[in-house]
Amino acid sequence: MKLTLKIWRQGGKYKGEFVTYSLDDINEHMSFLEMLDVLNERLIRQKEEPIAFEHDCREGICGSCSMVINGRPHGPLKGTTTCQLHMRHFRDGDTIVIEPFRAKAFPVIRDLVVDRSAFDRIIQAGGYISVNTGQAPEANSIPIEKEVASRAFDAAACIGCGACVAACPNASAMLFTAAKVSHLALLPQGQVERKRRVLRMVAQMDKEGFGRCSNVRACEAECPKEISVSHIARMNREYLFAAVASETLA
Amino acid sequence: MNWFSRFIVSSIGQKFVMALTGLFLILFLAVHLAGNLQLLRSDGGEAFNTYAHFMTTSPLIKAISYTLYAAILLHTVQGLILWRYNRAARGPVRYAVSYSRPEERPARNMAWIGIIIFVFILIHLSQFWYQMHWGELEMKEYPSYPHKVKDLYSLVSFTYKNPAMVLFYVVCMGVVGVHLWHGFWSAFHTLGLGHRKYVPVIRFVGMAYAIVIPLLFAIIPIIIYFRSE
Ligand code: HEM
Ligand code: SF4
Ligand code: FES
Repeated sequence: MKLTLKIWRQGGKYKGEFVTYSLDDINEHMSFLEMLDVLNERLIRQKEEPIAFEHDCREGICGSCSMVINGRPHGPLKGTTTCQLHMRHFRDGDTIVIEPFRAKAFPVIRDLVVDRSAFDRIIQAGGYISVNTGQAPEANSIPIEKEVASRAFDAAACIGCGACVAACPNASAMLFTAAKVSHLALLPQGQVERKRRVLRMVAQMDKEGFGRCSNVRACEAECPKEISVSHIARMNREYLFAAVASETLA
Repeated sequence: MNWFSRFIVSSIGQKFVMALTGLFLILFLAVHLAGNLQLLRSDGGEAFNTYAHFMTTSPLIKAISYTLYAAILLHTVQGLILWRYNRAARGPVRYAVSYSRPEERPARNMAWIGIIIFVFILIHLSQFWYQMHWGELEMKEYPSYPHKVKDLYSLVSFTYKNPAMVLFYVVCMGVVGVHLWHGFWSAFHTLGLGHRKYVPVIRFVGMAYAIVIPLLFAIIPIIIYFRSE
């Protein structure tokens, strides 16, 4: 395959601009990241600065890979991370524009790498449960209804990649935060911190400077784990109960 | 900050304000439409004028109308604040390639659509509401009604003999329809009523409301334009 890539370069000698690269021996069975590896090897041979991008598992479970491909986070395929996107989904001769995730709360570190530690701080604010230390508790000691467990699992499938923020016209982090709040609010283990959790996680999300949700649902359409916006409604419900209806003053 | 201020300035609290004021405006539209439909009776304006008289004099309606003015202002101001904040949240550089699905267009353009509606409301108020309260309208007397009432009916009929006014009104109703197409469902979702049992019903009612109500509003000036008086 022959491809023209327009890639955002920022850092080193680049102030923040698109640089065009031509590739002409791309195998259609390569993943998108392997295609970038090929380009980077060439750049290294030419003593050029390789393109910085994040990756780790390359099997769609860690959430590291992050880039916007032709205007879409993780590219054109539904329910797929960039590392699982294969070049056969592009056509010979295509021009592909690759940009970093754009959000005030995700500043660009270099090229396609953005700082997503805002998500870590949202998790630290309440994305945990309290358990006693010591031996691991017996997994089946708390019975959980199948339907509830499945719904909690759907929310838990979020890999924290940030594509929801990148896709949202408001750069809102509601889908990510809602997935975490929902996951723990549904399960018996999450009940102890239930109210405090939603108040704190939303407060942290707001503090990080993410935009406010307009229910556009671009997040759901682009999420590689197809997390449903119904979790956002659940978080709104949890938040209203915790802030307005409960006795919690904090 | 106490719990209420913290809630109301939070992202979800701000959305809560949008949803509550929006739903109030949705309810108001239905009531307003019921009043406007009186314009279509061929009774020399009796039903409409006496209704308009009642609406400007009843103390209960007065209280509701102050709530309405507050709701419009709050919804508009909060909407513009959110819009500004959300634009800034994208960060210093915007995407070179933007992508959106057709079904997202109304939701992505709520602020523009809202600004058009706001301008429409101002023009609309200056045409009728201002005239009803402070303008020089002729007085009319109907045998079955105790007071003389202002003849708003003739002003409305006169206004919509002008095809430009009819067109402006009809276009603005289309714009309201687009706002409601997204807004109706969105308000329920914001209030946490995004429940899998009820969402299909809410979506259906919302879409029907977004089509039927603006359509009925829009038909009225068209009928007035074509009827002979
Ligand atoms: C007939 C009058 C109006 C009605 C019935 C109405 C109704 C609604 C409803 C129900 C929503 C959804 C709220 C939510 O998502 O929770 C909404 C959103 C919105 N409205 Fe209105 N609205 C009206 C006029 C206006 C005006 C005059 C503006 C002025 C700018 C405006 C700006 C907005 C904006 C920006 C949003 C989106 C807020 C967001 O989701 O971030 N609306 N409207
Ligand atoms: S909700 Fe989806 S898009 Fe957002 S961080 Fe989780 S997996 Fe990524
Ligand atoms: S590299 Fe782990 S999800 Fe893509």
